[in-house]
Amino acid sequence: MKKNWWKVLSVLILSYVILKGLLGVVPRQPILNESIRNVYFHVPLWFGMTTLLLTSAIYSIRYLRSNRIGDDIVAVEFANTGIMFGLLGCATGSLWANFTWGEPWPNDPKLNGAAVAMLMYIAYIILRGSFDDEQRRARISAVYNILAFAVFVPLIFILPRLTDSLHPGNGGNPAFGKYDLDSRMKMVLYPAFIGFTLLGVWITELRVRMRRLQATLDE
Amino acid sequence: MAESVRQWGALMRKEFLLEWRQRYALNGMLLYIVGAVFVCYLSFNARPGQLTPIVWNTLFWIILLFTAINAIAKSFVQERAGRQLYYYTLASPQQIILAKIGYNTALMLVLALLGFSVYAFVLGNPVHDIPLYLLTLILGAIGFAASLTLVAGIASKAENPATLMAVLSFPIILPLLLMLLKISKNALDGLDRSVSWDEMGTVLALDAITLTLSWLLFPFLWRS
Repeated sequence: MKKNWWKVLSVLILSYVILKGLLGVVPRQPILNESIRNVYFHVPLWFGMTTLLLTSAIYSIRYLRSNRIGDDIVAVEFANTGIMFGLLGCATGSLWANFTWGEPWPNDPKLNGAAVAMLMYIAYIILRGSFDDEQRRARISAVYNILAFAVFVPLIFILPRLTDSLHPGNGGNPAFGKYDLDSRMKMVLYPAFIGFTLLGVWITELRVRMRRLQATLDE
Repeated sequence: MAESVRQWGALMRKEFLLEWRQRYALNGMLLYIVGAVFVCYLSFNARPGQLTPIVWNTLFWIILLFTAINAIAKSFVQERAGRQLYYYTLASPQQIILAKIGYNTALMLVLALLGFSVYAFVLGNPVHDIPLYLLTLILGAIGFAASLTLVAGIASKAENPATLMAVLSFPIILPLLLMLLKISKNALDGLDRSVSWDEMGTVLALDAITLTLSWLLFPFLWRS
């Protein structure tokens, strides 16, 4: 039980976020209206994805330094969970865009960057599939994983800021925090960042354990 | 320092010699880009000056992208594994990747300039600021070579290098391609050059990132 406190924390935070997110009081905004509640789900999913992909890249670096196959398994599972969070982020985002920007997929650099990032990580999974030898697969895909993360950062965080984007904080738009996030919303949003990230780590941990068991069974 | 520069020069020379001795591959690449330009020209069935500038520019860069992927994909499959092992006993992996990137940059420059002249010849040349457009071609050649050489090294180790090369490199090259499209569009419209400095800086930064990563990561790649 001592080691599992963070899972309890994740469940508690997420229940709080879902309850507060669906029932809590939110400020009235002209175009956003009630859809502003999506900020509790959409933004933390992207934040969680970035954290998971960063962790995946760190484990790939660790693999290249140590050559332990365990690090590679952790790296690929973090990437898998990151992809899942990314797809969920796309889904919540296009739902939101449909109501506020008028179409589910507006031609926006941040959306397209996210889609390309997903392509990159799916290519990573495909690359892994084309090797038979375990060590070879681990080393070469670790190299690609690090390269992918190095491209992911400018794609999501730098390029949208240079061009016009509909997202807040990009292309001269003020960031959310500047004007319409009041302190009550922050009380829900900041825990949501932690809660969703913990959930991602939990999913990853389960999958890593499953892989380890399968590896032991195969031997 | 001087010693490693000398080794790098020797490795570059080896790449050029190898290409010159197997001229069919080089001629194939030259014919590839000319053929691709002609296919586009005949498919649009357009007289010079009929394409809008955006279509003209985008089509050219797409042709260049496919040529680059095909040209650079062969940089690791041309030589047998035994011979590559021999090179690794002679020089450090960093020097080998830098020599390959240097050679691929030169190859891309030749292909891009040839492609540009044929393309402008058959489809008309609406570019207003030709020096800036040529500078974009040079920046593009460096960027394509830097990022695609490492990806070619990754793909060459896998089972079906040709498909993987395309799948792995499309998303990686995209930020660079978008920036290049923007600068070349500015050059095409003859906008003031100060408009393009920001994008130019971003392209240089992206080139620097990919070069550094190739330098850092290639030593782990060649061992397998």
